[in-house]
Amino acid sequence: MSAARVLVVGAGPAGVRAAETLAASGLHTIVVDEAARAGGQIYRRPPDGFSRPPKALYGFEAAKAEALHDAFARLAGTIDYRPETLIWNVSRGVAHSHGEGVGQGQIPFDALVIASGAHDRVIPFPGWTKPGVFTLGGAQVALKYQGCAIGRRVLFCGTGPLLYLVAYQYARAGACVAGVLDSAPFGVTLRATGGLLAAGGAALAKGLFYRAALLARGIAVEQAALPLEALGRDDHVTGLRYRDAQGGAREIDCDGIATGYGLTPDTRLADLAGCGFAYDPLPRHWLPVTDGDGRATAAGVYLAGDGAAIAGADAAEASGALAAYAVIADRGGGVPMARVAALRHRLARARRFAAALDRAFPFPHEFAAAMADETILCRCEAISAGEFRAAAGVLGAVEMNRAKAFSRVGMGRCQGRVCAAAAAELLAARPPEFVPAHDGDGVLVSASLNLTLPDPGVLPEDGR
Amino acid sequence: MPTSPSGQFVRVAEHDRQPIRLTIDGALLTVLQGDTLLTAMLIHGRRLRISEFGDGPRAGFCLMGACQDCWVDLDDGRRLRACSSLAVGGMVIDTGSS
Repeated sequence: MSAARVLVVGAGPAGVRAAETLAASGLHTIVVDEAARAGGQIYRRPPDGFSRPPKALYGFEAAKAEALHDAFARLAGTIDYRPETLIWNVSRGVAHSHGEGVGQGQIPFDALVIASGAHDRVIPFPGWTKPGVFTLGGAQVALKYQGCAIGRRVLFCGTGPLLYLVAYQYARAGACVAGVLDSAPFGVTLRATGGLLAAGGAALAKGLFYRAALLARGIAVEQAALPLEALGRDDHVTGLRYRDAQGGAREIDCDGIATGYGLTPDTRLADLAGCGFAYDPLPRHWLPVTDGDGRATAAGVYLAGDGAAIAGADAAEASGALAAYAVIADRGGGVPMARVAALRHRLARARRFAAALDRAFPFPHEFAAAMADETILCRCEAISAGEFRAAAGVLGAVEMNRAKAFSRVGMGRCQGRVCAAAAAELLAARPPEFVPAHDGDGVLVSASLNLTLPDPGVLPEDGR
Repeated sequence: MPTSPSGQFVRVAEHDRQPIRLTIDGALLTVLQGDTLLTAMLIHGRRLRISEFGDGPRAGFCLMGACQDCWVDLDDGRRLRACSSLAVGGMVIDTGSS
């Protein structure tokens, strides 16, 4: 078993715990990560020479961040670690890599653990390509990784726990927060509170703390608010026009806007590896199909963390270890059943909490689908929502791949990572006259034909 | 080090690092060791590049290597993703604005 090579892609919470478990079992473990240092996005570490302590960087999660960083540091010498390396393709048993300074490479593997993480799900609005508009995650990276605010007066608009967390982190770091605009109606969030409480009291308490801390600083927090337009000159955001809960148009001055509506799992590698996908209607994501422990439908492929399904860092750590135990078990190794059971329990609890969050902060898909025709939908190639709708309507594209071929939305440099979530909502909401009519198969109505076999006696001799 | 009044980004922490100098659109500017190229450029200005599709300047978006909005041109012919490349003293960058 020790000759088997297991490739782990990603060194966030899921990838680190997977690598730790695999290495402990004696498997040859290779970890490839795009970042220079392990930790993923949530526990991302600043470059050398930065001095803020973990408590300042990670807040309530400092102990978890340090534990994860320490766990990975202990693996030095026992794993083949390749930072600043990207996997750009997977063919049968071989991953194709590109490393900073080392160029192209091929990494043969017997099992593949994909811990690719997630990125912000955004909804384009007029002006969103102007300098000064960034994702929520991007605004957090600027602060955590670089000690910078994205502007002098930053407005946060979107939904989900990251909205309040990043706004709070900015306020606490001394940056000026112009306001927080949440698309979720207050009543919807309130109704979901019971589910959040049942699934994770401590996490709910943190979320309420962030919101209360913003209000205590006099920062306006609005519910059921949606962005209408980033205002300003061509190279400079000066404000956001938005629709408030009463439907009125209002403006807030700002020179930086952070936006995001939950997260999108990065499933590109799972797709390339031939994994089957299924639609999850609650978060509105197409997700790779897995069993409870992370086995994908493609043989030898395993998924863990937010790249498998958005459930947060605690779930990622549990699912990373579980996926590693699945690899070990599938290769005939022994696994500690009590620990596996405990990990499954932790993962199930975190997923229940994630589902409750999806109900508390629903993706405003109708807002995405109602995007004005002139809005740039694809920021890679400046393709408008109207051009995409024309591809879907006049040209008759009924699914994303044909719409992409006709419009180029999703074909640019980001390969749909930014635009695909909103583009899918535009396509899903197209008017019925553009949905191709059903083709019949030559049967008008069902009818009994009353066929009876003829009496063999009356058939001519040569008919027998 | 003071933050440039014409910059998009504002430093709120980690001021105590070694200064390095690079040239952006012909101006010699001082940034800090450990700044990404994106941070270095947005501390002093509001753009990284001009969109080749005619819709104006861009300054990056996701800062985590997903959106590909922050590729910049260096005078030595290299193209770098500014959010995931550290600034190095002596770099010469053109945003296309001059």
